[in-house]
Amino acid sequence: MTPALVVKNVEKTFNPGTITENHVLKGLNLVLEEGDYVTVIGGNGAGKSTMLNAIAGVFPVDEGEIHIGDKNVTNLPEHKRAVHLGRVFQDPMVGTAAAMTIAENLALALHRGEKRGLSKAISEKEKEFFRTQLKQLDLDLENRLDDTIGLLSGGQRQAITLLMATIKKPDLLLLDEHTAALDPKTAEKVLQLTDNIVKENNLTTIMITHNMRDAIKHGNRLIMMNDGHVVYDVKGEEKQKLTVEALLEKFTHSYRQTAFSDRMILG
Amino acid sequence: MLNIITGAVSLGLLWSVMALGVYLTFRVLDYADMTVDGSIVTGAAIAAKLLVSGVNPVLATMAAFFGGMAAGVVTGLLHTKLKIPAILSGILSQIGLYSINIKIMGKPNTTLLKVETIFSMFTQSKQAVLICGGITAVAFVVLLYMFLSTSMGSALRATGNNEKMANAMGINIDSMKILGLALGNGLVAFSGALIAQSQGYADMGMGQGSIVIGLASVIIGEVLYHRTSMLGKLSAVLIGAVTYRIIIALVIDMGMDPLDLKLFTAITVTVALSMPRIKNYLFAKLNTLKKHTNANRSIKVLEKEGKRV
Ligand SMILES: Nc1ncnc2c1ncn2[C@@H]1O[C@H](COP(=O)(O)OP(=O)(O)O)[C@@H](O)[C@H]1O
Ligand SMILES: [Mg+2]
Repeated sequence: MTPALVVKNVEKTFNPGTITENHVLKGLNLVLEEGDYVTVIGGNGAGKSTMLNAIAGVFPVDEGEIHIGDKNVTNLPEHKRAVHLGRVFQDPMVGTAAAMTIAENLALALHRGEKRGLSKAISEKEKEFFRTQLKQLDLDLENRLDDTIGLLSGGQRQAITLLMATIKKPDLLLLDEHTAALDPKTAEKVLQLTDNIVKENNLTTIMITHNMRDAIKHGNRLIMMNDGHVVYDVKGEEKQKLTVEALLEKFTHSYRQTAFSDRMILG
Repeated sequence: MLNIITGAVSLGLLWSVMALGVYLTFRVLDYADMTVDGSIVTGAAIAAKLLVSGVNPVLATMAAFFGGMAAGVVTGLLHTKLKIPAILSGILSQIGLYSINIKIMGKPNTTLLKVETIFSMFTQSKQAVLICGGITAVAFVVLLYMFLSTSMGSALRATGNNEKMANAMGINIDSMKILGLALGNGLVAFSGALIAQSQGYADMGMGQGSIVIGLASVIIGEVLYHRTSMLGKLSAVLIGAVTYRIIIALVIDMGMDPLDLKLFTAITVTVALSMPRIKNYLFAKLNTLKKHTNANRSIKVLEKEGKRV
């Protein structure tokens, strides 16, 4: 079977040739099977967000290839990859259009990646569908379809962004620390919701988190990134048996190695 | 007095079409578009040239719309493809249009007193501008409302509101910006064509500062008629444009030197645009003041209870 995602030998350097030159992705390789639910951990600046942005096409990569399903998307701009991708960002303000209503936002998402013509933006039937979808969030939003998104709390907005990312089934769901900006209780709720949606739709998912406990608890596979590539990759039973201590051990180990090699370069 | 007011309302209605264009770029697309000072003259110039050549006034005015659209497309391309900053893209178009507008007319101004206009064509009434202007302005409010309620209109609004989100939804934000600038400048040019026909001439100077007049109309409308629905917001623009003209007519009637008008408008827009900041500042002051009084009060209460503070 074709893998859901192939990232092959991807390299990315920001601001090449300037003093702020930053080689962030270094020979990044990752293959996801259909239905994989991968949690991603790694230190600050390891390149986790850059990996998701490279997959989403926020910027072109310098080298390597990216395939989503059987489609080579390496040279497609961001808006043309959108048809394959559901995305939720760390900042709850980023995923929704604040000045537009809940219904308008959901309608934009329902037609993700499609041509936008001169038909009505939202049909009555779609509104009814949105109501049932919002009900499942269990946040009392089903009767607020015509409320402006800007009026909602960060948690509510993030839950809606999650719904928007999945209301039209994506080939790949990309979550970048999407609960990091929420208070612990809301974060827990949104994570639970994420699990439900991913399972229900059998979505291939990449979820970045800075919480090792969450990384172990959720998904069927866990990868650790350091210095722009994957340094640890576990799945199935082995992943279920992981402990935070064991992960920390791995983390420090790989971190020391980079620090060591850096020193060698400098030395 | 009544004459002054009807004159101002008529003029306001014609300018409201322009203000709708500014609303589309400035508010919906979040793009401060300087093209309009040029494209409003482009509209006037195209209509004037065609009218003196004997073209039907409706067709001449429609042609002005397309001329404005072309100007907007150029600004959009400068900004999206060549990555020139928004304001500068508009200024470049505006400057370029200055030469193009003279080329269109073949001279710096054209009189339209002896030709049939879109107003004289429909009615011989003295209030032709008021009637035709009113119908046109309302028609554009409705048309724009209908457009913004479509999938394409919704994508345009999303682009102006949150580019990152629009991109993630698969919206081609470059195309949307070009579209918004095209439609906005189309409206501005259409308005220019109407204004030229109502005043009986088109000339190179009529565009100067029109961006600020458009902004003033948009902001006055928002202050006077604050609505959350799209139809309400668009109606507010119309109300703002008419109100602006009434204010101007009144201050001139009260003896203000017409040469001071531009300064007056600039100050009005500055104050209106800084309103949110001024409000925040005043609220902050008020809050600290409250805290102080509360603190003083608690101290007094404590003193009354005989405690040392
Ligand atoms: N668009 C960008 N331009 C320049 N540098 C960037 C950009 N995006 C990320 N970086 C840099 O790349 C490095 C990795 O960032 P990131 O992928 O966000 O790390 P994280 O693993 O914490 O998500 C950081 O040093 C960051 O400053
Ligand atoms: Mg990150």
